[in-house]
Amino acid sequence: MFDEMLLENGKVRPHYSGFDRWKSSREAGFLESKKAEADHLFRQVGITFSVYGDDVGTERLIPFDLVPRIIPASQWARLEKGLAQRVQALNLFLKDVYGRGDILRAGIIPANRVLGNAQFRKEMLELNVPSGIYSMIAGIDLVCVGEDEWYVLEDNLRVPSGVSYMLENRKMMMRLFPDLFGEHRIAPVAHYPDLLLETLRQGAPDAIEDPTVVVLTPGLYNSAYFEHAFLAQQMGVELVEGKDLIVDDDTVYMQTTHGKKRVDVIYRRIDDDYLDPEVFNADSMLGVRGLMRAYRAGRVTLANAVGTGVADDKSIYPYVPDMIRFYLGQEPILHNVPTHICSEADSLKYVLDNLEQLVVKEVHGAGGYGMLIGPSASKAEIADFRAKLIAHPDAYIAQPTLSLSTCPTMVDKGIAPRHIDLRPFVLSSPSGVRMVPGGLTRVALKEGSLVVNSSQGGGTKDTWVAAD
Amino acid sequence: MLSRTADSLYWMARYTERAENTARLIDIGLQQSLLPGQEREAEASLAGMLGLAELLPIYQKKFGDVNPESVIRFMVLDEENPSSIWCSLHNARENARAVRGQITTGMWETMNSTWLEFLKLCDEGLPLSDPGKFFEWVQMRSHLSRGITIGTMFKDEAFRFVRLGIFVERADSTARMLDVRFHAIESQEAKTAAQDDEAPEQAVRDFYHWEAVLRSLSAFEAYRKVFRDTISGTRVAELLILNPDMPRSIASCMNEVVVNLQEVGNGNSGETRRRAGKLASTLQYLTIEEILETGLHDWLTKLLADIDDLGGRIRQDFLVL
Repeated sequence: MFDEMLLENGKVRPHYSGFDRWKSSREAGFLESKKAEADHLFRQVGITFSVYGDDVGTERLIPFDLVPRIIPASQWARLEKGLAQRVQALNLFLKDVYGRGDILRAGIIPANRVLGNAQFRKEMLELNVPSGIYSMIAGIDLVCVGEDEWYVLEDNLRVPSGVSYMLENRKMMMRLFPDLFGEHRIAPVAHYPDLLLETLRQGAPDAIEDPTVVVLTPGLYNSAYFEHAFLAQQMGVELVEGKDLIVDDDTVYMQTTHGKKRVDVIYRRIDDDYLDPEVFNADSMLGVRGLMRAYRAGRVTLANAVGTGVADDKSIYPYVPDMIRFYLGQEPILHNVPTHICSEADSLKYVLDNLEQLVVKEVHGAGGYGMLIGPSASKAEIADFRAKLIAHPDAYIAQPTLSLSTCPTMVDKGIAPRHIDLRPFVLSSPSGVRMVPGGLTRVALKEGSLVVNSSQGGGTKDTWVAAD
Repeated sequence: MLSRTADSLYWMARYTERAENTARLIDIGLQQSLLPGQEREAEASLAGMLGLAELLPIYQKKFGDVNPESVIRFMVLDEENPSSIWCSLHNARENARAVRGQITTGMWETMNSTWLEFLKLCDEGLPLSDPGKFFEWVQMRSHLSRGITIGTMFKDEAFRFVRLGIFVERADSTARMLDVRFHAIESQEAKTAAQDDEAPEQAVRDFYHWEAVLRSLSAFEAYRKVFRDTISGTRVAELLILNPDMPRSIASCMNEVVVNLQEVGNGNSGETRRRAGKLASTLQYLTIEEILETGLHDWLTKLLADIDDLGGRIRQDFLVL
């Protein structure tokens, strides 16, 4: 078990020593009282999310932990390079598989794994994506398992969420503990919305001088509505719903108090399936009829592009290092977790023989649902998964159970180590790849749990990239 | 601006204003019930208020008799009564949530914390245990939200739709309130004349009646300032309908509607502006005597229809998708 703050002998690692001194100098109960203050503020600000299955309109707070997660700047520098490299390769891959298909012809990835993938959108073939960038906003999930030993757990290239918590967590920490920020040199993150706006504007269709950008939300009752509204506000652009948009003559317009106004870039927070009832799910009330026509005509930019799911699918994940070698001619800076693709007979046999040690995930699963964590699963759960694996081997992958790093976290009985991960947000535009230092740290609040998803009782922490 | 955004801003403001006006209306009814010899009138005016909002049948089905406690349960706490303060504050907050990106952080936090505190106060039972304090709280929250709007919001189209919502709602509410209060005193005068010898002197009773009306619209001090005379129903009506400097008068609300409509005008809104302008200038040149000649109730009924027409037209011109 690797703890990011404490050495095995109980001593504090150097990059946490400032925080530790600060905490020791406060009276007992100080953090607890600040915690209550933070909860009150979050509720007042309305930083809440709704959970599917709860009553409509029920809002919950994502538990916020006051102990920051600190990453030394030297480690971050390497991560940043690795993230840029990885996202660059993933975008080249998307352009390739919806275009010439070089990587398939070269035999680097079996063609049927891409073309037969449920996330592959044939509608995107031969479609010229403005600026050629498919995933302008990516969230790459990283885990740390030892001293400067990081792995990429998964790539999120569709509609990654959580960045608003990264920003609000920082704001909250600065409000509660201004003195801490005076004592540390912590890289700022508040300019993220500015970078995002710039990225979106640069992605506009050619020849648009002053593009109009909007954020497209499924609406008030979506679990991430707060984030949609927040980002629109921070960028100073309209937050629209599908019903606010119309497509006329292959051009997208929004309905305003002064008639129709053209829209050039849509930062859409709606899944592909719901985007356009004309092409995808015909029952969708959330999308915009004719949007794909406008997209095909090159008259609007969708961020992210349709069909990016084929690159972040768990069955494609094992090939990302090869993509980096193929497109960039470089060795990957960030490691992949060794992954067994259960549709391959040898792998399946190995997985079935070793279920007690492995994590098994649904290829298309997300949100921490539908997975088996072998070491903590019951016999019945393992038997259940064995049956599923035999019935549908191609729906699963398996990985060794990683021992995610822990970070001290406030729990009922005081401060105790809890497992954490990290989701940096990576922005890509024609002028390059950029990100703000750090990202969102999620923490599994249940003792021993490795599931950090907010829908399953995970919390968040402020993430500091601090000068060494 | 998005039509949907304008719609939400407009209704956010209307519902906030409505919560305040409902609080004012019930508060005065309850205060009157504390005065000796006024119980009947208070009860009649509470019933009249429910009748005007067309709520009396629903109320009677749920609660039966009209009494202060049930009226509070119905008009404050009832989630199923679309005119309750619960619904008004909830709708105000949901509309604010739909446009939280277009309003200032301060405005959103005010709307949000109003709703959260409201739930807490209801939980603690304040509306029933100390209604006066509770209604004052509702009014103060409305003042706060208006103040923070004026103090922080960029004066663009969005601001204008908020202002439109406030004044359309307030004109409507002042007209309804006057209608109820005049109706109450007329029916009481009829009864008194017929039978009640032991009631306090008519003039004294009238004083308390009109004083309550003025206070409920924060107009008592202004009355003294404008008329320097004893309190009479006619002068109260004149102040609250025609005086353009009285913040809750119908004339003053209509002037604001005209100004704000002008600011947001688009190609479709010419007729709406014309009608609003006509209504405002009528109010400017009308005298209270002319209104009384028509009969106050009839005149107010026509006015309420005109305000309703304006609301519908604003919706047609700007808000409907």
